[in-house]
Amino acid sequence: MSKDVLVIGGGIAGIQASLDLAEMGIHVYLVESLPSIGGKMAQLDKTFPTNDCAI
Amino acid sequence: MRGKKPQADELRIGVFICDCGSNIAGHLDCSSVTEYASTLPGVAYAKENLYTCSEAGIGEIQKGIKEQKLNRVVVASCSPRTHQPLFQNSCAAAELNPYLFEMVNIRDQCSWVHMEEREDATQKAKDLVRMGVSKAAFLEPQQDIEASLIPRVLVIGGGVAGLSAAGSLAAMGLDVVLVEKEVEAGGLLRRINRLAPHGEKASERVLEMLLSIKARPNATLYLGSRVEDVSGYIGNFEITIRPEGGEAVREKVGCIVVATGAVPLKPEGLYRYDGTRVVTQMELEERLAAGALEAQRVVMIQCVGARSPEREYCSRICCQTAVKNARFIKEQNPEAHVHILYRDMQMYGTENEQMLCDARGEGVRFDVFSPDQPPVVQEGKVEFYQPLTGEMVGIPCDLVVLSTPLVPRDDAQALSQLLRVPVDQNGFFLEAHAKLRPLDFATDGIFVCGSARYPANVQEAVSQGLGASSRIATILFKDKLITSAIVAEIDPETCVGCMGCMEMCPYEAITYLPEKNICEVNTVLCKGCGCCAATCPSQSATLRGFKPEQLMAQIRAV
Ligand SMILES: Cc1cc2nc3c(=O)[nH]c(=O)nc-3n(C[C@H](O)[C@H](O)[C@H](O)COP(=O)(O)OP(=O)(O)OC[C@H]3O[C@@H](n4cnc5c(N)ncnc54)[C@H](O)[C@@H]3O)c2cc1C
Repeated sequence: MSKDVLVIGGGIAGIQASLDLAEMGIHVYLVESLPSIGGKMAQLDKTFPTNDCAI
Repeated sequence: MRGKKPQADELRIGVFICDCGSNIAGHLDCSSVTEYASTLPGVAYAKENLYTCSEAGIGEIQKGIKEQKLNRVVVASCSPRTHQPLFQNSCAAAELNPYLFEMVNIRDQCSWVHMEEREDATQKAKDLVRMGVSKAAFLEPQQDIEASLIPRVLVIGGGVAGLSAAGSLAAMGLDVVLVEKEVEAGGLLRRINRLAPHGEKASERVLEMLLSIKARPNATLYLGSRVEDVSGYIGNFEITIRPEGGEAVREKVGCIVVATGAVPLKPEGLYRYDGTRVVTQMELEERLAAGALEAQRVVMIQCVGARSPEREYCSRICCQTAVKNARFIKEQNPEAHVHILYRDMQMYGTENEQMLCDARGEGVRFDVFSPDQPPVVQEGKVEFYQPLTGEMVGIPCDLVVLSTPLVPRDDAQALSQLLRVPVDQNGFFLEAHAKLRPLDFATDGIFVCGSARYPANVQEAVSQGLGASSRIATILFKDKLITSAIVAEIDPETCVGCMGCMEMCPYEAITYLPEKNICEVNTVLCKGCGCCAATCPSQSATLRGFKPEQLMAQIRAV
């Protein structure tokens, strides 16, 4: 059984899933249709409820 | 001063100046900074790169280490917060101890803030590089700190959140110890009738989860038990569990999950609550589950004891619960009248919104009230002010149901002290970061899920349980815990045990040893913040990588 994982979508959810999987020692392929990852969150300035910088 | 500077002829510092495309090179003269760097004492090699973090840039560093026999590396580029680990790992891959690396920030702290001042920015970049090089001369090789990890997890609370975490952890092959204070696990779901939005029997759902956990040889259940004592730290917690009236049991675990849930508020003194004709949603659930509801006319009042000055928060689950129960009553008895008095209906998401539409279609009545003029419960009716008509309206009823919020359990505060994790202003457990670390506590190795954190519905409690278990897998799937060597140390020769550092330490990483009258740092708990080093009157506490001589070398170079 292959232990690699494919994550489709590089927004905050996809990034967090990829990071945690990688931490577990699993090889991750993260695929994002746009040239850069970050998704919606990376386009936002401040995000609630903490209103800190989204990037 | 301790820690001698190596002889100048031993030093072979490599300096890598990054253009960061035009981010840095667009605002200052990187070539001139590079040329200057090569003249600094101890510098054997200086190189400018278009992007130091690119494969080519990393290759240059590694080639430099090998070919130029560099024994210190300085990168002048962006922020260590984002890039230091990458550069350190690259050094390590080229067999240079990663702690012989120093980073200088000539982007955020120079080119970006001096965009229109090319000459001054260039001069400042030279100053910053000179400081970094001076410090690099004093760097010492360090070994990462390694600690053992016990692949066993304590889950406190056997509600749906705790069962979800425990089930998932056990399925991943980790040993699980589940401690539930009641004799039966299941939490609130044992008392609830059917679950919104799909209508499955709540008690059956948790029973299924419980059975599948019981079937696993790597899960141990302590029912009717409490956690009495907790010591240790991530990877190595020692727990004392006390079954009611029984002998204390000791367990060793690597991580802890807090899944202690919450309880519905008992609305004593509100809306003539009496537990018979004026009841809570939970009491209604119990009647519905027992098939013992006789009422023909039911009025439900929302936000009872919530979103008020004494309890400002919205409990999130009460609107769904009221609509679910209203529909269930209508389904059992289509002749029944059900009227919901609300302030705002919080039916977030597609499924809840659909449930609200369906309820309206099925004849459940909804009316809004203002908190300034709340409904009044009277004998056989509820009166409320109808803002549209400007009149008081009376709804005849034989049962009033109050939707009260979930509130923290009485012993949540005590548990938070036992685990040394915080609770928020409402008494719910407080996570490390509301957005980015919603299931972690700031204390490493301890996690939270379900209503213990904030009122959650079953779907959310289950997902959070799964989430907490995968956070734990990121730690316990490794053979050992490896943490940064940048931690504090206290010189036992000079420490006089004044304990000033202990008060400053935000991580409770320092202990006082009475037999030796000194303080000692636990290097696994230490996060390298340096508070102790800044406080210590005898300079016995120092921070590795930021020792006085290292910092002074940097400062004297300005
Ligand atoms: C009236 C009502 C109706 C609801 N209806 C629905 C619905 O239809 N659909 C839906 O999705 N959600 C519903 N909910 C929400 C649902 O109850 C919660 O989502 C669920 O209970 C959360 O589970 P939990 O495990 O976080 O907490 P809990 O169910 O509260 O479980 C916590 C467990 O931890 C144990 N515990 C507490 N402290 C300790 C301690 N110190 N040591 C050891 N054990 C401890 C408790 O005994 C308990 O077993 C309803 C809630 C209410 C009040």
